Amino acid sequence: MLTAVFAILLYLATLVLVGGLGLRIWQYASTPAPLKIPTTPAPTTTPGVVLRLAREVVLFESLFRSNKWTWLFGWMFHAALLLALLRHLRYGIEPVWTWVVWVQPFGKYAAFAMIAGLAGLWLRRIAVDRVRYISRPADHLLLLLLILITLSGLGMGYVAPTDIVGLKAFVLGLIYFDWQPLPADPLLLLHLALVAALMAVFPFSKLLHAPGVFFSPTRNQADDPRERRHVTAAFEASYRDG
Amino acid sequence: MADFETPELDDYTRTPGLAPGAMAHSQPFIAAPDHQQALGFPGELVDDWHDKAIAKFGELLGKYRSLRVYMDICVGCGACTDKCHYFLGTGDPKNMPVARQDLMRKVYRRHFTLAGKWFPHLVGAEDLTEAVLDDWYTYFHQCSQCRRCSVFCPYGIDTAEISMAAREIMDSIGKGQKYCNEIIGKVIKTGNNLGIPQPALAATLADLEEDIEEETGVAVKLPLDQPGAEVLVVTPSADFFAEPHVDGLIGYAKVFHQAGTSWTLSTHASEAANFAMFIGSYEQMRQVAERIRQAAEDLGVKRIIVGECGHAWRVAYSFWNTLVGPFDFLDPDYPAPQHICEFTHDLISRGALTLDKSANDHMTLTYHDSCNVARASRMGPEPGGQFHYPREIIKAVCNNFVDMAAETIHDGTYCCGGGGGLLTDDLLELRVKGAKPRMEAFKAVADEQGVTHMAAICAICKSQFAKVMPAYGYGMDKIVSLHQLVSNAIVLEGQNGEDDDPEDDAPAVEDSSDE
Ligand code: SF4
Ligand code: SF4
Repeated sequence: MLTAVFAILLYLATLVLVGGLGLRIWQYASTPAPLKIPTTPAPTTTPGVVLRLAREVVLFESLFRSNKWTWLFGWMFHAALLLALLRHLRYGIEPVWTWVVWVQPFGKYAAFAMIAGLAGLWLRRIAVDRVRYISRPADHLLLLLLILITLSGLGMGYVAPTDIVGLKAFVLGLIYFDWQPLPADPLLLLHLALVAALMAVFPFSKLLHAPGVFFSPTRNQADDPRERRHVTAAFEASYRDG
Repeated sequence: MADFETPELDDYTRTPGLAPGAMAHSQPFIAAPDHQQALGFPGELVDDWHDKAIAKFGELLGKYRSLRVYMDICVGCGACTDKCHYFLGTGDPKNMPVARQDLMRKVYRRHFTLAGKWFPHLVGAEDLTEAVLDDWYTYFHQCSQCRRCSVFCPYGIDTAEISMAAREIMDSIGKGQKYCNEIIGKVIKTGNNLGIPQPALAATLADLEEDIEEETGVAVKLPLDQPGAEVLVVTPSADFFAEPHVDGLIGYAKVFHQAGTSWTLSTHASEAANFAMFIGSYEQMRQVAERIRQAAEDLGVKRIIVGECGHAWRVAYSFWNTLVGPFDFLDPDYPAPQHICEFTHDLISRGALTLDKSANDHMTLTYHDSCNVARASRMGPEPGGQFHYPREIIKAVCNNFVDMAAETIHDGTYCCGGGGGLLTDDLLELRVKGAKPRMEAFKAVADEQGVTHMAAICAICKSQFAKVMPAYGYGMDKIVSLHQLVSNAIVLEGQNGEDDDPEDDAPAVEDSSDE
């Protein structure tokens, strides 16, 4: 029963995440960008643009320039999140790839960095009057959700270890549609339920910044309007014929 | 308009505390029905404005990827909150870029997202009420579309795009702004923003020719509507008569004269400015740009060069090719269009201009990067050329040049406070307060490094500074045109009192603008 509930919950959450994100991405991609509006100075070539986006996504370049504290907390959280996610790969892969094995020890400590980063961001949201002014209840709830996910995960790592072998069997079972019993461990159940919630709200929340940044015209356009005539089909149709 | 106090200048720009509602009273005059209708907008607020606005909003979401994506992806990190000069100058929290965006985003959430439909309070969704519309009109006319916030946002969210869309929606329901819409009507009708007809323009140019000849003894021409000229120069109409703009125009004329390049101005295209960008109307923007293409074709020129104007250069550099291109009838050896600074810079680097720097020795210059040039365009082949070309020209024509603080120049430059269609007296308080960060940076170099003047290459910046610098205790003549400096330094062949070797000669050019 428990297994079925969680299996269905996770399937649904995955469906919402993939479907919702897919829909949003399709929407972003299919909305025309009629004019060239890169924030200059901008790269003049496509490889240059790829590099600019890579610096934004990997190093948070613009954020570093604007606010060192927000950058520090934000970058720390995201980098640690990446490590933690990579560490989790071991539950869905058999045999576990070597590099995933190497990541394990780092991933284990990453949770602490996540907590620190999230706490820092939350503190700023409460303590800095300007950030408090622009905060909505949803901003606080999302931080709470992420912190609870991290804490429940940490709990299993350090306080009340769960049945990892059983968990792995459950996850592999989900992937291959051959359900295996889920260890009935309260921390694990909490962790999984919160993760399912996060996945489900992803496409409806500001978490859309993850795919969205790649579609931001001020960052993803090359600065070459004089060299190459930029025209979208929609623009041609609505302005030249009219 | 209410009286207000000019803010005290600090040694550097401090982030103010929040002063909610501090600028809630600042609204520009609303467009009269005939100005609205001339552009195809309803004359006054339509009865079903709410539904019309939401429908228009939906239409724009499908038209502009910037708007679509930016409505969704702001995480409220706050990195932009202390980057807008209008917030820094007023402390009004709705002038923080993200808060300005949120005025629109809350309506987006309410009408276009599930979260906002189901849990409006949780995500800060709100219906487009009369009060919200009023806030739109107030605060989307407190954004100069300078894009400073977009530089600092981790996702490049550009509040300018959002302001433009908001103004487009407001125009479509009959709530347009007088200043912009009146001007767009004029440029379409007479060819320039000021409504100067051809005979008046011709007379003005003839007067200027006389002035130059009187001063230098050289017959420098300012040709108008001359078919077959090599270059069509398109410049903001302020260059034809306002100080210090006109001294810049004289500078262009002298540069062309010495370069031996034939050029012409055009009545039909006697305006580089394109205010349609400010109201987000691509159709008006295309019409205004189309005049210039037409003029170039009719006159049979080989090149188009744009004079000193910030947003005009953005429209020309970034948008012309899309809107009214391709420019395949022009000489392919030159970029189309070119900036006057690119033209002058090239001549200087080839040693083709005779310059006497000492003519500008009575000034110590700094340079104000105009937002649209800095953050929305380029000069020359390399990114960042828009910062270096003007400075290299200044250094070639002046001995004394000092840059302002690093975080206030280049792509971090502060807007003059008058861009984006806000250069109108009904917004004077906003303009004065919005200039504060730039004035603080200026004061620092004035106090510490003896800077006396600031050069700019934008008609709006020049008009704005001439108006607001006096409020901060600096004379209106402290703002100069970049090509005015070139004009001072250039030594024309056969110029009065000039012997063959200008190097060891006293300043020959009198500076008429700078008593
Ligand atoms: S910097 Fe960008 S993401 Fe952060 S609050 Fe401002 S607009 Fe939103
Ligand atoms: S575009 Fe400029 S004026 Fe508008 S919100 Fe951003 S920083 Fe402020």
